[in-house]
Amino acid sequence: MTDAPVVPGPTSGAEDTGPGDAIVDLLGGFVLELRQAGIPVSLTEHLDAVEAVGSIPLEDREAFKYALAATMVKHHAHWRAFSTVFEVYFSLRGSEYALGDDEEALQPEDLDDGEGGASGERPANQGGPGDALTPEELAQMLFQALLQGDDAVVRAMARQAVRRYAGMEPGRPVGGTYYLYRTLRNLDLDGMLERLVDQARDDAPESLTPLEERLQHDEFEHRIDRLKQEIEAEIRRRLVADRGVEAMARTLRKPLPEDIDFMHASREEMVSLRKALQPLARRLAVRLARKRRHGRKGPLDFRSTVRHSLSYGGVPAEPKFRYPRPSKPEIFVVADISGSVAAFARFTLHLVHAIASQFSRVRSFVFIDGIDEVTRFFEGTEDIVEAVHRVNTEADVVWVDGHSDYGHALEVFWQRWGTEVGPKTTVIILGDARNNYHASNSWVLKEVRHRARHVYWLNPEPRAYWDTGDSIVGEYGVHCDGTFECRNLRQLERFVDHLV
Amino acid sequence: MSDSVLPATEPRFGSVDDVRERLRSVDYLSDEGIAGIVYLADRLGKPVLVEGPAGTGKTQLAKSVAEITGARLIRLQCYEGLDESKALYEWNYKKQLLRIQASRNTGEQSGWDDLSDDIFSDDFLLTRPLLEAIRAEDPVVLLIDEVDRVEVETEALLLEILSDYQVSIPELGTVTARQIPLVFLTSNNTRELSEALKRRCLYLHVDYPDMEREQEIVLTKVPGVGAVLADEIARIVRSIRQLELKKAPSVSETIDWARTLVLLGVEHVDAETATSTLNILLKYQSDIAKAAKELSADQPGPGRPAGSASR
Repeated sequence: MTDAPVVPGPTSGAEDTGPGDAIVDLLGGFVLELRQAGIPVSLTEHLDAVEAVGSIPLEDREAFKYALAATMVKHHAHWRAFSTVFEVYFSLRGSEYALGDDEEALQPEDLDDGEGGASGERPANQGGPGDALTPEELAQMLFQALLQGDDAVVRAMARQAVRRYAGMEPGRPVGGTYYLYRTLRNLDLDGMLERLVDQARDDAPESLTPLEERLQHDEFEHRIDRLKQEIEAEIRRRLVADRGVEAMARTLRKPLPEDIDFMHASREEMVSLRKALQPLARRLAVRLARKRRHGRKGPLDFRSTVRHSLSYGGVPAEPKFRYPRPSKPEIFVVADISGSVAAFARFTLHLVHAIASQFSRVRSFVFIDGIDEVTRFFEGTEDIVEAVHRVNTEADVVWVDGHSDYGHALEVFWQRWGTEVGPKTTVIILGDARNNYHASNSWVLKEVRHRARHVYWLNPEPRAYWDTGDSIVGEYGVHCDGTFECRNLRQLERFVDHLV
Repeated sequence: MSDSVLPATEPRFGSVDDVRERLRSVDYLSDEGIAGIVYLADRLGKPVLVEGPAGTGKTQLAKSVAEITGARLIRLQCYEGLDESKALYEWNYKKQLLRIQASRNTGEQSGWDDLSDDIFSDDFLLTRPLLEAIRAEDPVVLLIDEVDRVEVETEALLLEILSDYQVSIPELGTVTARQIPLVFLTSNNTRELSEALKRRCLYLHVDYPDMEREQEIVLTKVPGVGAVLADEIARIVRSIRQLELKKAPSVSETIDWARTLVLLGVEHVDAETATSTLNILLKYQSDIAKAAKELSADQPGPGRPAGSASR
């Protein structure tokens, strides 16, 4: 980047102000990384990006980032993945100047330290400006900085904290999250938040109203979030310095929200999944409603055709068709909510109820070893999140010991609700079919299938794990119209689409 | 690429900061990303696809850019069922009929070829927004609003314009733009736009502004609001947006709320005022109930999931 300074010309033509070869190579590598991360970048978009960086001042790191994003990332959900790749890929190359303003906030020794890390020495042993501080003093300084919202000091403190607490060792094959965890554990940010709120309460001239307190709380939470981001960025920078760009791009790659595996999502990923779910449900509902309206024409409407033929002198020149009214299926969702698959069940329940208008009726049942109907939690409330929360806390699903027992759950389902399954009903069973070696009672499914329109089984485990250990999905599967692997939002969406 | 065919257009902006300053002068407070992409759109001669939640100033961006460049704004509002004759052009059928009738009455003995050449000429063409933008002599900004409302098939109508700034009319030939207009497409993301469309555009996601910017927006847009009140408003709105709601308050709703508070003569928002005027910020009963409960509780309640603050 440094050796190819490009001054944007006054004309808009790309040829005369074309960016240098170095940039083109650099971008080529970056595009490869993006594709590796799952972001589709087409050739035209790549060319656009090359053209775009020719028109902006390269010294401006933010502008550079936005230019790349605008030309290559065409989906908001991909932004996070893009951002990570960008930070990793350009973190070292930009260090001469792009991070310059960060470095200025610190004393020169700190710069040495950064380079020391790059050449393979242990950064933790280097003398930094904050090293003289005791942990208490450090915590106190951080506390003050957060209290006053002083960004520069917060940033410096984040670096200091990483250097001190993360205990990063060159070449050690652990991911960034491990270091992040170690740093955060030492800083005790939850305690910090409480102390900040207390401090604000004491500082206020008169006592704070609950609302003011609440706002203070949110403000501090926001600042602490920023601190966490700083720490994460610092760890990333050090990791890249240690292991090189290519290796880090691979480890730090963040999956796109629709590809996050339900069963192995981190807490943070869960949040982004939840965020992605709402728009997904809305989009799906719109699409399904549209499909229903614009579907093929219905059967010939004889009466209307004859009526309209009068204006052509009795010649049926304009055939009329009935408005198509595809029947809406009735849905029974039977979900395993034991620990291993709870997240998956939650998302599916959420999605199915969010598009409940596309079905004539949705009834939900949840089980672990006992089974309970939970439709009532969803009725009369518009807040699906709240309803799903109540399902998890209030439903009566434990019969003996709270370990999954599909056999017993299915048996009770059949006894209590079996007669209500009718020819318009589609039964969807969610679970990994890990039955803890109980009796399978797969005859229930056979019976259900006789009565119901369809029986589907959704399994959140990878197909390769099916029927291993205590999983008996194969035994149930023979009585279903389809068994689907459903590990991420993309697969879930496809299934729901198929359902309607 | 098609750039060589197109007439070179003078750059409209000197730098990213220039865009930002000029947008500010018409009371549109942009951030780094918005200004940068408007600048790039001008330099690269590419359309901008603006996506984001409702009420974050997507349409306003196009209007403001038109204002600062002194261009005429041509707006195409998309809706389900939009077709060629509403978006591109249409032959003036009635006028053509009249023309044929007239020639018959005056007993002109012109040949079929002359006549068909005549009735398929400019005089009989009704221009619709897209064609109008292409043929305009004066500077224009084309706004294609809520493009996600048209069907996927109809999107194809836009492709020729967006990539080559031209419209092909079978009877007339190809109409090419005399200058490259700035084009903005907005989408509320109710459905995924086609790859072909996205590929031709620069992508800009406009999200809710951060607290400082929102406060500034309130200060510029609402006359008579004090700095303290604006700060409180921005902070309360930020807290509300962190809740899981059906529809988070948009920027325009924040402004409405600020106006209301100013009209009510409120100088300091307390929990009671906030809850009693929440219906301006939020439009769903369940959302209002939830927010009211949250605002009056001293500590963040259980309804608020952990980690929702990280954005």
